[in-house]
Amino acid sequence: MRGLLYLPGVATLRLDRDLCSGCGACLTVCPHAVFEMESGKALDSARDACMECGACALNCPAGAISVSPGVGCARAIIHGWLTGGEPSCDCGGPSDCC
Amino acid sequence: MKPLILTPKGVAPDAPCRCSSGPPDAGDGCGVLDAAPACAKQAPLSREIPGYQILSCVTGWIETAQSAGRAIPRVATRLGPLDRLGALGVRLGIGRGSYRVAPGLYAVGEPDSESCVLVTANYKLTFDSLRSELAGLDAWILVLDTKGVNVWCAAGKKTFCADELARRVDAVELKKLTPKRELILPQLAAPGVSALEVTRKTGFRVVFGPVLAKDIGRFLENGKKADASMRSVPFGLLDRLLVTPVELVAAWKTSAYAAAACLALGGIGPDVFSFSRMASQGGHALLAYAAGFCAGNFLTPALLPVLPSRSFTLKGAICGAAAALAWIMYYSASQAWSDLGAQALIIVASSSWFALNFTGSSTFTSPSGVEKEMRRAIPALAAALAAALAFWLLPRFLGY
Repeated sequence: MRGLLYLPGVATLRLDRDLCSGCGACLTVCPHAVFEMESGKALDSARDACMECGACALNCPAGAISVSPGVGCARAIIHGWLTGGEPSCDCGGPSDCC
Repeated sequence: MKPLILTPKGVAPDAPCRCSSGPPDAGDGCGVLDAAPACAKQAPLSREIPGYQILSCVTGWIETAQSAGRAIPRVATRLGPLDRLGALGVRLGIGRGSYRVAPGLYAVGEPDSESCVLVTANYKLTFDSLRSELAGLDAWILVLDTKGVNVWCAAGKKTFCADELARRVDAVELKKLTPKRELILPQLAAPGVSALEVTRKTGFRVVFGPVLAKDIGRFLENGKKADASMRSVPFGLLDRLLVTPVELVAAWKTSAYAAAACLALGGIGPDVFSFSRMASQGGHALLAYAAGFCAGNFLTPALLPVLPSRSFTLKGAICGAAAALAWIMYYSASQAWSDLGAQALIIVASSSWFALNFTGSSTFTSPSGVEKEMRRAIPALAAALAAALAFWLLPRFLGY
């Protein structure tokens, strides 16, 4: 069962199935069940559910996944625009952690 | 930086006497009590350290052969009144930036070298929700220094990362404690932690556990396998409403500016400025902003799954339009059509803006999507505000 979905066709997620070793790490770490196993390799069948957290790319031992990770937070993106730096959210913690 | 959460009761349960067991002439201020020999000679060494207090959730201390003389605090699996009060506070945004526990090793139950090691963040709300799900289990809890930020956000900020984990595993000498060489991490740590890198750095294997602490018992019973329901992030009605108060706190600055602008614009008229008009007409503009605020901050999150469109700004605009319609019906007899138009635009625009900000509290929005949405929405919102301003000011100066 799929939960809430956001804008379609925008995720920067890319999976190179030729490199995939079929270990299934991406299926384990994805919080939105973007991947499924198909004929021994991962398939990003629900790409529109991707929130670009970057867990799959970081944990893919074959380096088959790339994504431009970040936080889907308007305030963080405005912060990035205003400061000209990386988008950064203020959630929790004093300013020294952001 | 505070090393420990302060609690009113700062004495370890096994330290019945405030007196140290040192010699009477040690100059430690216990001179009077030293007169009672039973106290001076038999009291176990106090675990108090000057300047520190022991967490209220610590129920005892574990000293095993493997822990090499160290005492590891055992924490309760039931939350106390202080924990609940603190949780309520941070939900309302009070003390949220400094609600943390000291990083390091903790225990629940009677763990031994075979027990599992659960890794978590040092946001106290996170730590509390983990330990409260561990009743009846014997386990170690390894708390990382995530600067008081929850697991998912800390992973995003890369403070919950392989380096910090490796450093902490070393610092608590985990290898001496458990020969199993296995760490159970919350699944939502994965955006910050490369399991392979942890293994390379520490020799420990990483098992990604469930998303929510409440599933940890079932996960362990399942032979450390998470099913699909443990792997996805829920965002139900209660979840959505629980995160709204923090959004409100974040919005106070915007709201202060908006209130000042509403009042100032309310006072403007052909005779330049009038305070009585500021109170009545500015008051109405402010009320319109408040209606939009509620539509965007409460109505939109509550109705999120049933509202048409995937764009948060459109969802907010829809809720704002409903509120504006109700507003117009209520005030149609008593207010000029141009003022009603301006107020309706304020309601829709503010509702839409706060709905857009709710992307940060949601669990499924991507940065690419939010950026795309903002590039369209911000010019539209600016146009709506400009139109509201024109509706408001033109009749006042052109004398309609």
